[in-house]
Amino acid sequence: MGSNSLYGPLDPAPDAGYTDAPPRMGFFTDTSVCIGCKACEVACKEWNLIPDDGFNLLGTSYDNTGGLTANSWRHVAFIEQPAANRGGGTVDALAAAATIAPPGRQPEFLGMPMSDLPGRTIDAPRSDFRWLMMSNVCKHCTHAACLDVCPTGSLFRTEFGTVVVQEDICNGCGYCIPACPYGVIDQRKDDGRAWKCTLCYDRIGDGLMPACATACPTQSIQYGELDELRSRARHRVEALQEQGVTEARLYGHDPDDGVGGDGAFFLLLDEPEVYGLPPDPVVTTRDLPAMWKRAGVAGLAMAAAVVVSFLGGRS
Amino acid sequence: MAEAHPVGFQYVVDAKNRGAKVIHIDPRFTRTSALAHTYVPVRAGADIAFLGGIVNYILSNEKDFREYVVAYTNASMIVSEDFRDTEDLSGLFSGYDPETNTYDQTSWAYEGQQGDRETQDQDEAAIDRETASGLEQESHGPPVPADVPRDPTLQHPRCVYQVLKRHYARYTPEVVEQVCGVPREKFLEVCEAWTANSGRERTTALVYSVGWTQHSVGVQYIRTGAIIQLLLGNMGRPGGGVMALRGHASIQGSTDIPTLFNLLPGYLPMPHVQTHETFRQWIDAIRHPEQQGFWANAEAYAVSLLKAYFGDAATAENNWGYDWLPRLTGDHGTYQQVLNMIDGKVKGYFLLGQNPAVGSAHGKAQRLGMANLDWLVVRDLYLIESATFWRDGPEVATGEIVPAECKTEVFFLPAASHAEKEGTFTQTQRMLQWREKAVEPPGDCRSELWFFYHLGRMLRERLADSTAPRDRPLLNLTWDYPLHGERGDEPSGEDVLKEINGYDVATGAPLPGFAALKADGSTACGCWIYSGVFKDGVNQAARRKPGRDQDYVAREWGWAWPADRRLLYNRASADPDGKPWSERKKYVWWDPDAGEWTGYDVPDFEKTKAPEYRPPDGATGVAAISGDDPFIMQGDGKGWLYAPSGLIDGPMPTHYEPVESTVRNPLYTQQANPTRKVYDRSDNLTNPSPPERHTEVYPYVFSTSRLTEHHTAGGMSRQLAYLSELQPEMFVEVSPELAAERDLEHLGWAHVVTARSAIEARVMVTDRLTPLRIDGRIVHQLWMPYHWGGEGLVTGDSANDLIGITLDPNVLIQESKVGTCDIRPGRRPTGPELISYVQDYRNRAGLLPQHHTPMLTKDSDDG
Repeated sequence: MGSNSLYGPLDPAPDAGYTDAPPRMGFFTDTSVCIGCKACEVACKEWNLIPDDGFNLLGTSYDNTGGLTANSWRHVAFIEQPAANRGGGTVDALAAAATIAPPGRQPEFLGMPMSDLPGRTIDAPRSDFRWLMMSNVCKHCTHAACLDVCPTGSLFRTEFGTVVVQEDICNGCGYCIPACPYGVIDQRKDDGRAWKCTLCYDRIGDGLMPACATACPTQSIQYGELDELRSRARHRVEALQEQGVTEARLYGHDPDDGVGGDGAFFLLLDEPEVYGLPPDPVVTTRDLPAMWKRAGVAGLAMAAAVVVSFLGGRS
Repeated sequence: MAEAHPVGFQYVVDAKNRGAKVIHIDPRFTRTSALAHTYVPVRAGADIAFLGGIVNYILSNEKDFREYVVAYTNASMIVSEDFRDTEDLSGLFSGYDPETNTYDQTSWAYEGQQGDRETQDQDEAAIDRETASGLEQESHGPPVPADVPRDPTLQHPRCVYQVLKRHYARYTPEVVEQVCGVPREKFLEVCEAWTANSGRERTTALVYSVGWTQHSVGVQYIRTGAIIQLLLGNMGRPGGGVMALRGHASIQGSTDIPTLFNLLPGYLPMPHVQTHETFRQWIDAIRHPEQQGFWANAEAYAVSLLKAYFGDAATAENNWGYDWLPRLTGDHGTYQQVLNMIDGKVKGYFLLGQNPAVGSAHGKAQRLGMANLDWLVVRDLYLIESATFWRDGPEVATGEIVPAECKTEVFFLPAASHAEKEGTFTQTQRMLQWREKAVEPPGDCRSELWFFYHLGRMLRERLADSTAPRDRPLLNLTWDYPLHGERGDEPSGEDVLKEINGYDVATGAPLPGFAALKADGSTACGCWIYSGVFKDGVNQAARRKPGRDQDYVAREWGWAWPADRRLLYNRASADPDGKPWSERKKYVWWDPDAGEWTGYDVPDFEKTKAPEYRPPDGATGVAAISGDDPFIMQGDGKGWLYAPSGLIDGPMPTHYEPVESTVRNPLYTQQANPTRKVYDRSDNLTNPSPPERHTEVYPYVFSTSRLTEHHTAGGMSRQLAYLSELQPEMFVEVSPELAAERDLEHLGWAHVVTARSAIEARVMVTDRLTPLRIDGRIVHQLWMPYHWGGEGLVTGDSANDLIGITLDPNVLIQESKVGTCDIRPGRRPTGPELISYVQDYRNRAGLLPQHHTPMLTKDSDDG
């Protein structure tokens, strides 16, 4: 294992030992054209034979899935953002304070927890109601902590650079679950094993698109070679910004971020927190080498101390 | 559209990415609004005021496409001097008879048309309403003579253009704001976008989903949209049109080859016992001997249909078996049938892929009707509510149906799904697409084709020895379909499609198209407009050349009626001289060298009729269509801004309030559509509307529609875990303001009450619903999906139980997209208490059993 393998830019498949690996494959999920139809969720379950996730009305707009779980490998989030100028309704103290702050002075963040969901209100009054939708999925990180911590080798890096759990090897230890910086991988309650998106490993090897991307009617979910998707995404952001959608931005596209870039990245229309995504994810195993080094140094120091004490005792 | 047609919406997203502006107008912010540039919240039931405002904007700012309007519409026709507008008569047109609540349409005619024997009198109007004859006329238009006076300068005070202008003059942006709750700036933004994107170089499409029709003025909603599209030159041109997004696969197909009581295939009218006594009367009523247009050949279409039905038994001597066709005697529409069931007048009922216990208006009437039959056959994928209502429906809980005493014998027959049978779907573009059978249906599941073929076969076997005249129609039917399949008992869908296409009786050779049909019995054809779908013996509907391998019209994908035309009336895509209006919008044009029409599509015009052709005096039928009359199925070849006859509720759309409204009509004394079809019965009470008293008992407006995650009455989605988990419970959406006013808690229970019933639902408080300011006061609207019922993995109360039966007079569709109600926190009462709870509301609202809302509103009512 090279010293760089747990952090920084990298092509994961060759790093994992594949020679002549095919190009790295991934998802570009463009939320600006998502219509929240959830065809991705259904297609994923149909293809992967995933059990239903229970019949629960959650009251979080039209999202009754709740999040990515062992039984939901695609999850469509719905975020309702009211217009700030609407009379009545909820009042956000921070937003209100921002609008009455004296000119030239920015409101100070006092570290108080917000009373409302992130992104429901914004500093600048929004003239129109917004309904954001985003199909979330496993990020297939360049540096995948779930894979790093898996003791059985159940989680592995494929030749396409994706990360897959092998259900017949997983022993249900659950180490991968706290390791994921996005909270994606999850244990199934009745069998204890870990499950998540495979990027349809059993389809892409045969030249088929993953089920979700195939079902998506508006091409919000795009599948392809990661390099090509990244350049496509850059153009899309530019085009949107030219059309006046200044809030368009990419998330997870940058090889220099805390996970070395995601194999599944997104175009968002607001801050990542608004969609329930961590703003600055870091691979949880980033500091493992340093920790091992320090632990090693500490161990050596202790051993040396013991040796010294014995030596000292002899004298 | 994104909500109910997510797959079709991909093209809107495509267009948006290429720079198109998307505007969404809806009472509620939906998934469509989320992707639109502009969302315009509007009061449910105020659409004519909104669109009429756009007509006014176009006419008062002269934004119409004048050359198109003068040449291709009836703008220049002069209207009779006897005509009086709603502006003159407080919301009524001239000719209203308060006895029958219908119009004598004589005064609506063009000048020079009066006295014509073809104009409609009141008795006919009454029959037309009973039989929804507007549907029959949707495709050919009622009769008008060809040569009436015109004023191409559009200055004559009684020309259609000026009549229209006066009619909509009061529909100003201020009035739109007052009636619809749409701020002036938003309204003008829509007007400007629509007009700026129309004309020579550009076209605009108007897309609606069929909930738009479900109003007591539903046909007039669509008419208003059509008037705008004609004024702006958006009809018959690429990128234009009025597109109806159908609620199910092949709903277009089910009117073309109809499951409607008043139609025969190809929009031929079902004969009426009074008006179509003889074969000749029937034919003349369709083709109108002096009229222009392609319906002049109706006899060939009708005779070929009868030859397809009755084969050798149909001869010239017996009028091709005309007397074996059933006759209409009045209203046999689905709602009249249900009320007849309650009254014990109907013995049996077939339901095929339909779940009226959940999906039709007035659920209680539907269920009580079905509980009073001798037998009921339900063919569906699962045991739906319409098959189990007698066992555990809501009326069992209230004691209105006692299972042990319910006399209806229910036969449930499992049906094959669309993947388990072959056939065609006809979509909104009138395009037929063939679909293969993917798998054999499991167990006892069978196709509808199998069911009806064998039902017919067995009935004919039992009646084989009968000499009774009443059995002749059944025994004379051609019923000779070869059987195929693994079991050897399945008729072939292609054989049926061949019969629909038509064939030469002597040789059996398939016909190339409807022009080959003859009135002498030498051709047979199951549906004249579909003729050509099996041209050259090839299933044209099965063509699947990918769009990327051909031009954008994609003529080698599927087959569109009539004659494979992808765009109807496409002669209008060229100017009167036959040249394209613009290079950018070039589609079909006249090639003077070749002496024929040519272009990207099949010209919807006689191929060699030159633009300068003018009919000789006294010409009729196709010969009477000028070289510059694109609307060839209309009696005068023109697009109708003003309908001189044929619409029961008036020649021009007029804003009437919904039958149940919280608002007094701000524009006219007349409150609601004065010709609407009503069923005044103690089991079909209507909530009071202004100027009636007690409207405060039902103070809120509600609307219903679909969620992406479910399909209509839920028979195809509430049984599937992957869909049920996505929307697991019945809910009602309310604004934060309404929630505060009625003390409703997010995710708590609430119940909604109308004069028909009370249902319960979980509360969703959302900013996607906005209170509107209407005429100086706040109107709250709430919204519910209508997918739930008592069967399936996820169950709940049905929103359609709240809705009463009041119909549009032209086509007998129910007003089910707007009504008034009350909403209260907590669950509804159960058992017999539910009945007394609803009754208490009725008492407070003054709804005695004999109550009925007056059809005609008088000034004195406002007192």
